Amino acid sequence: MRQKTTAVLSAAALVLGMVGTAQAGTLEDVRDRGVLRCVVSTGIAGFAQPDANGVWGGFDVDFCRATAAAVLGDASKIEAVTSTGKTRFTKLNAGEGDVLWRNTTITFSRDVSVKLRFHGVNYYDGQGFMVKKDLGVGSASELDGASVCIQTGTTTELNLADYFSSNNMNYEPVPIETNDEARQNYEAGRCDVYTTDASGLASTRSALPNPDDHMVLPEIISKEPLGPATRHGDDQWSDIVTWVLNATITAEELGVTMANVDEMKGSNNPEVRRLLGVDGSQGSELGLSDDWAYQIIKQLGNYGEIFERNIGVNTPLGIARGLNALWTDGGLIYSPPFR
Amino acid sequence: MTQPAQSTSNPLLQLWRNQESRGVIIQIVTMVVVFALLAAIARNVVINLEAVGKEFSFGFLLWPAAYDIGFSPFLEYTNRSTHLRAAVVGLLNTLLIAFWGCILATMVGFVLGIMRLSSNWLVSKLSYAFVEFMRNVPILIHILAIYAIVVTLLPPVKKALNVGADAFFLSNRGFYVPSPVFEDGATLVGIVLLLSIALVYFFKRWARRQQDDTGKIYPVLWVSLGILVALPGITFIATGMPLSWDVPVLKGFNFKGGMAIKPEFLALWLALSLYTACFIAEIVRAGILAVSHGQTEAAFALGLRPNRALQLIIIPQALRVIVPPLCSQYLNLTKNSSLAIAIGYMDITATLGGISLMQTGKEMETMLIVMGVYLVISLLISSFMNWFNHRIKLTER
Amino acid sequence: MSETSTTPRYAPGTHPDLPPPRRTTGALGWVRMNLLSSPLNVALTLLSIWLLWTILPPSIHWLFTGAIWTAVDRKECWALMDTPRDGACWAFIRGSFELFVYGWYPEPERWRVNLTFILFVAAIVGALRENIPGKKYWLIFAAAYPFIAAWLLLGGFGLEPVGTNKLGGILLTLVVAVTGISFSLPLGIALALGRRSNLPALRAVCVIFIEFIRGVPLITLLFVASTMLTYFLPPGSTFDLLMRVLIMVTLFASAYIAEVVRGGLQGLSSGQYEAADALGLSYWKAHRLVILPQALKISIPGIVNTFIGSYKDSTLVLIIGMMDILGLGRARLNDPDWLGLAPELYIFIALFFFISCFAMSRYSLNLEKKLQTDYKS
Repeated sequence: MRQKTTAVLSAAALVLGMVGTAQAGTLEDVRDRGVLRCVVSTGIAGFAQPDANGVWGGFDVDFCRATAAAVLGDASKIEAVTSTGKTRFTKLNAGEGDVLWRNTTITFSRDVSVKLRFHGVNYYDGQGFMVKKDLGVGSASELDGASVCIQTGTTTELNLADYFSSNNMNYEPVPIETNDEARQNYEAGRCDVYTTDASGLASTRSALPNPDDHMVLPEIISKEPLGPATRHGDDQWSDIVTWVLNATITAEELGVTMANVDEMKGSNNPEVRRLLGVDGSQGSELGLSDDWAYQIIKQLGNYGEIFERNIGVNTPLGIARGLNALWTDGGLIYSPPFR
Repeated sequence: MTQPAQSTSNPLLQLWRNQESRGVIIQIVTMVVVFALLAAIARNVVINLEAVGKEFSFGFLLWPAAYDIGFSPFLEYTNRSTHLRAAVVGLLNTLLIAFWGCILATMVGFVLGIMRLSSNWLVSKLSYAFVEFMRNVPILIHILAIYAIVVTLLPPVKKALNVGADAFFLSNRGFYVPSPVFEDGATLVGIVLLLSIALVYFFKRWARRQQDDTGKIYPVLWVSLGILVALPGITFIATGMPLSWDVPVLKGFNFKGGMAIKPEFLALWLALSLYTACFIAEIVRAGILAVSHGQTEAAFALGLRPNRALQLIIIPQALRVIVPPLCSQYLNLTKNSSLAIAIGYMDITATLGGISLMQTGKEMETMLIVMGVYLVISLLISSFMNWFNHRIKLTER
Repeated sequence: MSETSTTPRYAPGTHPDLPPPRRTTGALGWVRMNLLSSPLNVALTLLSIWLLWTILPPSIHWLFTGAIWTAVDRKECWALMDTPRDGACWAFIRGSFELFVYGWYPEPERWRVNLTFILFVAAIVGALRENIPGKKYWLIFAAAYPFIAAWLLLGGFGLEPVGTNKLGGILLTLVVAVTGISFSLPLGIALALGRRSNLPALRAVCVIFIEFIRGVPLITLLFVASTMLTYFLPPGSTFDLLMRVLIMVTLFASAYIAEVVRGGLQGLSSGQYEAADALGLSYWKAHRLVILPQALKISIPGIVNTFIGSYKDSTLVLIIGMMDILGLGRARLNDPDWLGLAPELYIFIALFFFISCFAMSRYSLNLEKKLQTDYKS
């Protein structure tokens, strides 16, 4: 009997241990836990996917790692809280994740009605269309009557409905849960058109047996600024997420890379010195250590490096920088100054 | 006061020892606990919703849904329709798949069950292998796999299989069939059809009473079929064939006209029916085996022919064993149809509990409605099956 | 009939048994009896053979002879075949096999998972085998098993703690199913007793609960667990997602178990209740000593079937974004190196479930037969 009693007691303790209490200070929570919990997708090629050993990687996951590097000093101290399009906000609001890095479009209703706080844009996207070349379609305005594959639970299906009804065209929506099934359906001809964010189209196209038989139509029918989100009510934590993103962008603007970050510490540029925590005390004002941005760049690189490593032209996804080039190169990526 | 006053003088203990009052106490405690729990949950919900700034209201049902539904065979629906309408479309789609699923599952289930009892070794083993494979793999995998097979194996729409008469086409966008277009006079045919159905019903009751009274058996099936075909048929010809067909034609990206059975529906229908059919097959087998062999022999001894023996003796008795578990299989099929969400068939879980929930952020309200709808459907199915069960029950005279 | 004269005569009832007709014995006889006994049967046999002939050879080629077992990515897989997709690319499954089994469970701690599994088998065998020495201790062990397993898997008390989010793949599937069944059993028995109680309020509560749970699909309950349950809790408190899902799965299974046990209770003859009353046993004593042991014994096959059901239902957790074997597999389909290998994945998972569920259902069938004879004697 004693053995059973011990077992019951230990189980009760375990159960109690799992019932935590969400506190206002996310930063202290993360520090106490020693690990950062990021809400990520259940799998989008190039943005978040587990490898054969279960280690999560991808563009969004790297930003999660950057946050961990800034807060905990170690990019590997993350936990991926996987969520579908439907559960992502409730998971964040319920405190299961500390921050959402899951290509989420910033919209009015999400910001205001769903009570999220957004922190800038880490990827500028827009919804486009992909068709087979042999359909002979050159523009989205010729798509009247077509069958269109869409991923559900996203803003995509609303944009699509708006686009077709404002152009007085009909279509057959074919809603799909995951990108992989959408590709399967498009490839088999279940639908004529696949529509999703242009980045997703590029990655899907690259995964088709003959990418050259398919083309992305010139129309981009929506603005899809994707960015991180946190809960309402924790301004310090919001600031941290905002400036983690800005630090990667500023690092690229200033030419600080993973390789040269150590020698850049000796740079004469005052902004580089402030960024890397050589001068000033920006880190401690954020509630972090002063070398927080140094840790991000040392462990993960700047914005451009993260981009190229996961989704850039040399990866299977092969996405060009486009809108996501720095503002100095004709893109939209822009960071407020570190001052 | 069954217990005389013993050494205890404590009135509370006495009350507890009395069986009746103890029952009352236990019930009061149960109710208090249950209501306290419900009240605590309600209070928490109010506080928590207020904390995130959401209000509990069903007003969102009248907002425009703003998304499209590709499969709405009964109701007009556009993206300017309300969430309520989207929910109704979803509900109708749920009912549609449940209805056809139950029918196909029953048919396939009976066939598999009888094959399993066949004297042909190969047939019996094939049925066995199929049943065991289907029912030991989760339904979700069946749905995903059958959908993948339907979409990848059927030809694309440009190479659609002409199944017959340049009017039936099979492709991975669906099975296109001509749809009927009713013209003037079709109403008359419809009325005559309804009348002949009523006629058949009364003829059947009459024949049954005759059989009970005199033992004479009338060929109910053939007479009924005759009535059903002949009367509307004659009216149809007499009114000058007020029916034409809208034949599907390949135009642009898709077939225009006609009706289409969508691959999502097809895959879900096949997966749900085949999966449930395997459970029904076992039920049917057990039901038939439960009728003792003596019954068959007795029927033969009375001089009944084998098909009569099956119809009058075996099946009625087997049905009494089969119907109750069959009912729970129908319930299971209906509930499993909620997995439609995995392949994008727009049932109520996918419309109201899926996209609407997502777009409005009203988890509480949408899920309450969805669960309520399933509860009502379940209650309706079980009360119908109870009624049916009651009807076929052995009436002991 | 010319040999009538040479036939020896036997007194009635003494004629030795004749050998069976030649057509009914031996392999040929078997074929004739079982496959070709009537024209209809001949047709059915031919149809079955044709069916097997069209299905089996291509499947075997795709699954085995034409399949590729080692490759680094799908391109290499397809290059190794005569035509791409001519066979299965099992290299994908092999490469992620450990992930599919253990999920994210830390590598040096995986012995704990294995131990948990071995203890699981021991607990099952100990609880179900009739003639095992020290039966009582085995039962106690089986009852304590869920807690031991929780301790082993999640750590604490001397073991390295492991978060619930490290559970994934087959491990998570098993955790969901086993927890569901072991906690739903006592709850289900209580509900069944409540439903048969003669206290109207108690009965009403149990009936409403059971019928509500049985009336809604599991995935709506899982949605409730993932999106709404936090609203039900006191403000500020959070709850591990896995815990919430386990609670829902337990409640779900308990309603079904309650009905199975109720069937068992109703299957007992009323004489048993009367006999217990005649002995002057109290309600609890009567149930503990007389009613439940018998009722549960008849219910075992039903309970095993419920277990198989909730084991298969555990795949639904993927719809709320949890990484069970199916969810994890689908996440792996997004690996740029292995895009488009859904058939391999689904076949692997289907086989996994088929083997385990088939074994369990055979076992429950055996048990049913054994218990039936027990009862008729």
